[in-house]
Amino acid sequence: MRVRSPKNASLFGSLTGRLRLTRHVAARGLLSLPGIPAPIVGAFSLIGIVFVPIGLASLSASQAIVELVDRYDAECVSASDKVGFIQDTKTDKACTRTITVPKPMKGPVHIYYQLENFYQNHRRYVKSRSDKQLRYKDAANLIKTCEPEGTSADGAPIVPCGLIAWSLFNDTYSFSVNKKTIEVNKKNIAWESDKSSKFGSDVYPKNFQKGGLVGGGKLDEKMPLSEQEDLIVWMRTAALPTFRKLYGRIESDIMASDEITVVIQNNYNTYSFGGTKALVLSTTSWIGGKNNFIGVAYVAIGGICFFLALCFVILHVVKPRTLGDPSYLSWNKEAPDHPN
Amino acid sequence: MADDGGSNRTRRRSRRRRNMRLSKLYSFACGRRPSVADDDPAGSSRIGGPGFSRVVNAGVPELQGSNSISTTKYNVVTFFPKSLFEQFRRVANIYFLVAGCLAYTNLAPYSSSTAVAPLVIVLLATMVKEAIEDWRRYQQDSEVNNRSTKVFQDGVFSDVKWKDLRVGDIVKVQKDDFFPADLVLLSSSYEDAICYVETMNLDGETNLKLKQSLEVTSNLLLDDDSFTTFRAVIRCEDPNAHLYSFIGNIEIQEQQYPLSPQQLLLRDSKLRNTEFVYGTVIFTGHDSKVMQNAMKVPSKRSNVEKKMDKIIYLLLSSLVLISVIGSIFFGIATRDDLQDGRIKRWYLRPDDTNIYFDPNKPAISAVLHFLTAMMLYGYFIPISLYISIEIVKLLQALFINNDIHMYHQESDTPAHARTSNLNEELGQVDTILTDKTGTLTCNSMEFIKCSVAGTAYGRGITEVERAMAKRKGSPLIADMVNLNKPFQTEGQTAVKGFNFIDERVMDGNWVNQPHHDVIQMFFRLLAVCHTCIPEVDEQSGKISYEAESPDEAAFVVAARELGFTFYKRTQTGISLHELDPLSGKQIDRSYKILHVLEFNSARKRMSVIVKDEEGKTFLFSKGADSVMFERLSSSESSYRQVTQQHINEYADAGLRTLVLAYRELEEDECAYFDRKFTEAKNSISADRDEKIEEAADSLERDLILLGATAVEDKLQKGVPECIDKLAQAGIKIWVLTGDKMETAINIGYACSLLRQGMKQITITLETADIIALEKGSDKEAVAKASKDNVVQQINEGKKLINASSGETFALIIDGKSLTYALEDDAKGIFLDLAIGCGSVICCRSSPKQKALVTRLVKTGTGKVTLAIGDGANDVGMIQEADIGVGISGAEGMQAVMASDVSIAQFRFLERLLLVHGHWCYSRISSMICYFFYKNITFGVTLFLYEAYTSFSGQAFYNDWAMALYNVLFTSLPVIAMGVFDQDVPARFCLKYPMLYQEGPQNLLFRWSRILGWMLYGVASAVIIFFFSTTALQHQAFRESGEVMDLAALGATAYTCVVWAVNVQMVITVSYFTLIQHICIWGGIALWYVFLVAYGAITPTFSTTYFMVFVDALAGAASYWVVTLLVSAAALIPYFTYAVIKTWFFPDYHNKIQWLQHRNRGQPDSNHADVEFGQALRQFSVRSTGVGVSARRDAAALVRLNSKVYHADSPQLS
Repeated sequence: MRVRSPKNASLFGSLTGRLRLTRHVAARGLLSLPGIPAPIVGAFSLIGIVFVPIGLASLSASQAIVELVDRYDAECVSASDKVGFIQDTKTDKACTRTITVPKPMKGPVHIYYQLENFYQNHRRYVKSRSDKQLRYKDAANLIKTCEPEGTSADGAPIVPCGLIAWSLFNDTYSFSVNKKTIEVNKKNIAWESDKSSKFGSDVYPKNFQKGGLVGGGKLDEKMPLSEQEDLIVWMRTAALPTFRKLYGRIESDIMASDEITVVIQNNYNTYSFGGTKALVLSTTSWIGGKNNFIGVAYVAIGGICFFLALCFVILHVVKPRTLGDPSYLSWNKEAPDHPN
Repeated sequence: MADDGGSNRTRRRSRRRRNMRLSKLYSFACGRRPSVADDDPAGSSRIGGPGFSRVVNAGVPELQGSNSISTTKYNVVTFFPKSLFEQFRRVANIYFLVAGCLAYTNLAPYSSSTAVAPLVIVLLATMVKEAIEDWRRYQQDSEVNNRSTKVFQDGVFSDVKWKDLRVGDIVKVQKDDFFPADLVLLSSSYEDAICYVETMNLDGETNLKLKQSLEVTSNLLLDDDSFTTFRAVIRCEDPNAHLYSFIGNIEIQEQQYPLSPQQLLLRDSKLRNTEFVYGTVIFTGHDSKVMQNAMKVPSKRSNVEKKMDKIIYLLLSSLVLISVIGSIFFGIATRDDLQDGRIKRWYLRPDDTNIYFDPNKPAISAVLHFLTAMMLYGYFIPISLYISIEIVKLLQALFINNDIHMYHQESDTPAHARTSNLNEELGQVDTILTDKTGTLTCNSMEFIKCSVAGTAYGRGITEVERAMAKRKGSPLIADMVNLNKPFQTEGQTAVKGFNFIDERVMDGNWVNQPHHDVIQMFFRLLAVCHTCIPEVDEQSGKISYEAESPDEAAFVVAARELGFTFYKRTQTGISLHELDPLSGKQIDRSYKILHVLEFNSARKRMSVIVKDEEGKTFLFSKGADSVMFERLSSSESSYRQVTQQHINEYADAGLRTLVLAYRELEEDECAYFDRKFTEAKNSISADRDEKIEEAADSLERDLILLGATAVEDKLQKGVPECIDKLAQAGIKIWVLTGDKMETAINIGYACSLLRQGMKQITITLETADIIALEKGSDKEAVAKASKDNVVQQINEGKKLINASSGETFALIIDGKSLTYALEDDAKGIFLDLAIGCGSVICCRSSPKQKALVTRLVKTGTGKVTLAIGDGANDVGMIQEADIGVGISGAEGMQAVMASDVSIAQFRFLERLLLVHGHWCYSRISSMICYFFYKNITFGVTLFLYEAYTSFSGQAFYNDWAMALYNVLFTSLPVIAMGVFDQDVPARFCLKYPMLYQEGPQNLLFRWSRILGWMLYGVASAVIIFFFSTTALQHQAFRESGEVMDLAALGATAYTCVVWAVNVQMVITVSYFTLIQHICIWGGIALWYVFLVAYGAITPTFSTTYFMVFVDALAGAASYWVVTLLVSAAALIPYFTYAVIKTWFFPDYHNKIQWLQHRNRGQPDSNHADVEFGQALRQFSVRSTGVGVSARRDAAALVRLNSKVYHADSPQLS
């Protein structure tokens, strides 16, 4: 069976040659570089050199951002039974808040609402929607995934169905700066791709909030879903239980020490589950909103790398390693009979 | 070239042999092997009984029993279920199957298709691999099945495919064709109905075997036409696996004749030197003996893989643990949603819920959630690990097979990893058990010395003698280099098998020697007493010989070179050209051969009875000294002592010796023997063999001593260096040989396993009192005394070892003692003793003992053993050891067939273990560690995210993205590492053999390293998760003010994981090739390609990731900034750790990497290397004191000491 012709042998030889050739086009890996400090110190220094400037830039960008956070859930309810108050549909829930601007805010100023302890990422919640129904006019009956908010009390399919849409945030804000009413631009707060592809321009709300229990906000049945930007924003479920969502933008600049008065329609029930509500006004920069963490982390990592580089240099000076000393190749330094 | 020349030769040969009637001479050849059925010689009487029920009507083919064979594991129908079943024998796959099934319920945290997809991909990949392998087998089978042969049908022989052959068919097989099935030979082209058969495919033996049909059939069947009327009934044994036995009879014309293996032609053997044979088919297809023999090689699993299973179980249990934790929290959160009828998280509608989220039955919900969690955290278990390892090992095996440095040009044999699943085990070998003949030595014998009439002839120096000369303190290191130069350099005679130089007897000078009559008889005996077949080249007139064993060939060649040319073998005689001492001319003499008394291992001698031209009858005998000396005539002993002494010297020189003796037989003695012997041979009773033995024994007495021969079995090229390297690598080497103790010890010296200054502990039962005891025949007493003696010797040896320090010991034990040492109550202490010794040599050991010793070492030490051998007698130990290596040498293929790896030469073992073994071990262990790291990193981010979703089971990432993690983004780099990574280049692996110890000590796959990688995976996951969620928590992440949502944050974290895990590979890999770069950076690039491509598909399919990259992430500076930050943060701890580790606490390979770097600066000077190597030896792992360099060091030390001594003595200036 083991017949090998000379032809085979030469083929075999050339194959080997080829294999060997590919293996020669190779370089040694990072850590197998020798332990002499230059490359290692160099690598750490390089990280430091790159990271510290990025960190400082991010930090300064973040510091330049003016962010005003006004938590209003407690202040806007005077009654002791907060849940009872919020669930009562008849009472007037208007609430006026005044914010003083500490630093000039260059427009556009982004308006967010911030909810805390709200699990938009709960599996039951996230799954309770019907993407097809949101997109196609004829798919109104595709409500299987929407339980328990699939049908209204009379059994007709709800559009948009599901817990997410049903729990639509419905506090509203109206702003005036120095007693002068200011227009809030509520256009383009949702992702362009969502508006164009995920929510149909010929799909209109039907039977919405007509189930047994009314959840959150209501929708204008005349307006197609693709234009209901508040809904679209809400339907992009947040990743963490504390989240902000874009409410609108104030296009004009706001000066320092201007007084912003906000009239809040405090409708949304965060009291049942002990959540908080806040209104956030913020400018942005290239890095986005205000968060010093990125900058601090960059500077810290860069600093640590510099420090490590320094340590290695010092160690090398204090305790130089003779490389290639054969005594280093001794196994005897370790236990002669290694367990294992 | 082999083909053309070979066929020419065979044609010539066949013509010459046409009319030879060799049946008599070869009568022993077929029964030569111990046959199993011989234990039951009464078998012939059982024909027709159970186990002997086959009835074949020759010429009347039966309908059943196809001759087609199938060695495939599957067929079209069974492939799917059977290969799937094979797959699900792995725990991990069962887990994924259950998870896949559950994914179709509401329990699933992700969509069902994504749960099943990776499993399907992995299963498909494995099944494709299986299918390809099986397809190859099928093609081989079908090639065999469609070969054609001639079958007698309707009065003529016509071509029929093998697969259509039936039991009872009459077939005609032509020269150089394979037998299509097991046949009973009916007749052949030779007049006496013999044929030659080559059984290479059965037992690997290349010599031809002779078969002969019964006279009754050969007389009946002379040509094709005679079959029209031929009818016979064959009754024989049922199909079985015994190749060398066959019991049956044939009934022709109502007469029964017994059949023997002599008439059996086995499938897959080849007809040679015979124009054609007729035979009738008795066993077809899978009934044939060769197929019955084709049993599965016991499958071996490597230690690393066994440990890997444990890790999988560990991971499974940690998976259960975190799932339980998650479920408890989930249960609490769910219960709290509805308190005293008050709804808390109203947006989840806890009042109108289903069983999975029921706040009224939180316990049930929690249990169901447990299943969900088990599915979600399933990414802990690397689904693609098994298939990746299989692929990697196949490719590694390819590298081994294609290594030009393990390719033996002379025999055109590359190394061959027959099973790839033991690759990494090659890097962990602790003990090598090696055969001697054919493994350490070439198994090509050279006649080098002889002693005739008390005079020693032959001036050649053996390798062992050189070694001994060195041992005795003659000039050392300079000569050492010459140790392995081809021996022929001094003698110009390049005759194969002959290395004898002595002008006293060469060129006819022997006639002037004092005992020229003895010398004449001696040479004549060499030329006559054998079973070789001469082959005269018709052009040049040169004669070559085909012999059973290389020893025999060496004798005949020696006789030829010394003037006694054996040139013709006829039916009953042998013809020689002889030098006549009187006339000084070549004369032709022929001898009539009366009987051949065969050689076997029990008799240890062979004899021929010949009648010369003068009518005198001689018994020529040659055999081992132990049996021959006791058969010498007591009166004739003038040079007996001297000869004995010479034999001892020869044995000391590592030579194989035989004693030659003869006797003249009286006419009546001869006739008596003839009668008795023929009677014995023809008897079919149970004691047939004994009778033959007895008859022979009675004749082989009162012999007259002629002298002794010495044949050298040369060490293979590079063996001492290889052993030296292996010893430096800390591998223990045991030699298990069947040779005499003296020979074994001398070979031990020649290959540096033993050296001067080593304390030898010899355990033997050849002591005077035991021998004395054996004379008395109380077997039990002997056994008990022997046992006590052995145990006592072992204990003394142990004391000796314990008492001394710094000395190296060698243990030499003979087969008889081994029998007792291997008994249950003694083997423990025996092993203790053996482990304490630098070298262990077991001589005179049987194949079974070899296997038992192997098992003892394997189970006793729990370390990896490697057995290497080349012959059928090594098969037991090869199969018993953790790794069996077969040498594809002269003794055939049986060892190779049983082995896991085959190599052509012993010296390739060095590269196989130190380079490939080490690499494979280092690669596989790194690969597995990395596999667990990358999956834990991914899995833990999922778990951490759960804490932020009140453990509801919502996945952090998109379904498809998760499903493709193992398959697409992270699979290729790790495979590339497993195939290409080299911690240290090959040159340095060989230069610093101690590096190998990382394997046997299992430094790279120890629990601390594995757990370290796992913890690092957890740490990476923590860093990645918290850094990315904190950096992008709720503020806007773009200048246009949008905030992160679940999809975007998940995609960002995923990006960080992909970067971290792939760049981690950059740090881990120590040897970059283009392929690695492509795999690593390609993996990262694939992730972005996936994001873009998947995001571009309709949102119905891409769901949350619709345009997530193009629309949201790509344009956000913070996304890129965070990616860099998080990946760096995840990697810097390891990088720092690794730098500190390599700098201050380096592993052995790290140290060598430095040296390598240092050497890169300065060109490698050989001189420095030698010194360096010596310096290195001082720090060896354990001073085994074995090997060339150890000897060199010891010698240098001796010289140094003597120098010091001389310096002290004032005489020396």
